[in-house]
Amino acid sequence: MIEAKTKLWRSSLATPSVKRYVARVRYKLTHGAVVAAVIGLLILIALAIHQNLTSRGIDFSFAYLSAPSRFGISEGLAPVWTGWAPIFESVDATSSNLGMLEAGLFNTLKVALLAITFSTLVGVALGVLRLSTNWLVRNLAFAIGEFIRNTPILIQLMFWYFAVLLQLPSSGSATKVSKWLVVEQSGVFLPLPHLSDSAGPASGFFVAVAIAFLAAACLRRFPARWRIALLGVGLCAIGASYALGFGINLDWPVLGRFGATGGLHFTPEMSAILITIIVNSAGYISEIVRGGIEGLAKGQWEAAAALGLSRGDTIRDIVLPQVFRIIIPSLTNRYISLTKDTAIGIAIGFPELFNVSGTVANQSGRDFETVIVVMTIYLLLSWLISALANFVNRRIALERA
Amino acid sequence: MRLRSTIGYFCTALAFGLAAAPTARASVLDDVKQRGVLNCATGDAIPGFSYLNPKTSKMEGLDVDLCRATAAAVLGDPDKVHFVIVTGKSRFNTVTTGQADVGFFSTTVYPVRESAIAVDFLPINFYDAGGFMVKASTGVETVKDLAGGTICTTQGTATEVALANLFKSQNITDIKVLTFDSADKVFAALGSGRCNAMATDKTALASWRGSSPKPDDYIILREGTGKSPFAGFVVANDSKWRNLLRWTVFGLFQAEEWGITTANLDEMKKSPDPVIRKFLGVEGGMGEDFHVSNSFMADMIKAVGNYGEMYDRSLGPKTPYYIDRTGTPNASWVNGGLLYSPPWE
Repeated sequence: MIEAKTKLWRSSLATPSVKRYVARVRYKLTHGAVVAAVIGLLILIALAIHQNLTSRGIDFSFAYLSAPSRFGISEGLAPVWTGWAPIFESVDATSSNLGMLEAGLFNTLKVALLAITFSTLVGVALGVLRLSTNWLVRNLAFAIGEFIRNTPILIQLMFWYFAVLLQLPSSGSATKVSKWLVVEQSGVFLPLPHLSDSAGPASGFFVAVAIAFLAAACLRRFPARWRIALLGVGLCAIGASYALGFGINLDWPVLGRFGATGGLHFTPEMSAILITIIVNSAGYISEIVRGGIEGLAKGQWEAAAALGLSRGDTIRDIVLPQVFRIIIPSLTNRYISLTKDTAIGIAIGFPELFNVSGTVANQSGRDFETVIVVMTIYLLLSWLISALANFVNRRIALERA
Repeated sequence: MRLRSTIGYFCTALAFGLAAAPTARASVLDDVKQRGVLNCATGDAIPGFSYLNPKTSKMEGLDVDLCRATAAAVLGDPDKVHFVIVTGKSRFNTVTTGQADVGFFSTTVYPVRESAIAVDFLPINFYDAGGFMVKASTGVETVKDLAGGTICTTQGTATEVALANLFKSQNITDIKVLTFDSADKVFAALGSGRCNAMATDKTALASWRGSSPKPDDYIILREGTGKSPFAGFVVANDSKWRNLLRWTVFGLFQAEEWGITTANLDEMKKSPDPVIRKFLGVEGGMGEDFHVSNSFMADMIKAVGNYGEMYDRSLGPKTPYYIDRTGTPNASWVNGGLLYSPPWE
């Protein structure tokens, strides 16, 4: 009976467009059902976890994030919002747990950004050297890359921290070596440039004007006469800002009770993790670059040679610009894993996000909540990097198409 | 069609399973007896308390012995223990998630650990105090001298919080606290000069000092960060398990008070005192009501001795980490200390 009815319905209405419509509805319903099932499952799991936590006397709340942290960390700045712009301040035991996490994120970002920049430079250099015509250079670059990629990063970190940086001259003894650069066990100290106290908004305005004009004066597209005029205005603006009290002072490292203090200070923990990640990532990036270069059509080299370009010029002007287009997706992956690699800082006490979050969780008893917060932050961080890389990739790919 | 119904069944079963799981949770005691092995959370880098001795490659120390004592009381055999090595940071999670049944890890008792972290503490088994160790060559004598320096300690410890409070109360601002995940790294950092002071419990400082090649290079400051009483801990809201372990720790104190030792155990079983006879499970016994063997105290004392014997083995005069008990809170209450067991009957 039912079968007969269905057949009737089908035979009378089954025109192609209706068929397509039915198929589309069925497709959407199936998809909807799968999505609903997954969401339902997640809710069930969340409920079960909640019930489990309740039965153990643990409640679930994010209110602890605003409570004072009650512990200190060795370095790290957190933004304090006063008005429209944040001021970065050192955190201490009175800062909130959220402030501590922000300081951890600050340290993670600091290392990640520096490491992305320098590992790319070192990695590209190493990758190019791997294809050098000099046997020694080529094989040295190969050996370095192999060594770096085939030893665990955690052990490399231990090596740089305990075997290199902590073996530097002890505090106090090296301080008089050089005023510009102090390298000792408690870190690397450089003079820190900062604005003089008399600098105000008016002088800042003239500085901005000066920079704009001087930058314009460097552009070749303007005629020479214009450029001289621009230079003149720029110099006048500099004079005006100086008259209004603008100046840059250097904050020198000085000898304190326990060695150098002040100035721009890279702690040994920060230096160790930075060196480790730069060196480690450079090893991988050199491999990516080498692969990219070898993947390039041989005709490019031959055409460049036919035009009489030297090998160096060929690499700089012909090869690398094309290689970068190919390797951006691979580089993005490397940048994302490099950012996540900063979490090994915990092994040497560098207060990056993961390290700080562990202490926050332990001292507040909020493990579950903290893990959720930290995983979300890492996820957003990775997405941000890949979004930026995709943006760049699209810009470059357009030219090609 | 078949696939779809299978998924349906699976989801339903999972939903019920997840919902039913929490209510079916039994006492840790039942798990331990069923498993036949006690998972005990402890450390391997605190000489005198929980230490993997590199010379003998054996676990030793007061906390390790407490693990063994618990295994002897619950399962009748001190070797039926599996040491789960934890750090200051991971210790509570290990116990609350059931990876370990009990933790003995130089753990300071303070309120937030019972209120927010959801563990229950056992009786205090050692009274320590927080302190600082510096290199003798730096000439530091007080905490105030450390201003401008770096103090190192272990992460997730009571010391971390005590330091912040101390600096606040003494109004010391320009001091950095650098934290590592284990005490051996802290000591290495002090030795290399990265840290100007190492902060942790004074007994631990003494044992690190004792284990260094030149102990005279280090001095422990008189000032400290305050009280630091150690106790074992178990997951919260499991009275059956907590009460048993509470009384095994009390039993160690009581055995010392009565002078029951591994050596004279058989003699003491013939004691005319009915309470001692019951304590040792000769006549009736108390184990049954705790759901363990009536001879649980006798088994434990036979395996590890009383508290005094355990103390001497780990921190006594024959060890490199000797800490004199006389006149300190760590003496039995009959000698003026704080180690006191409620009466057993």
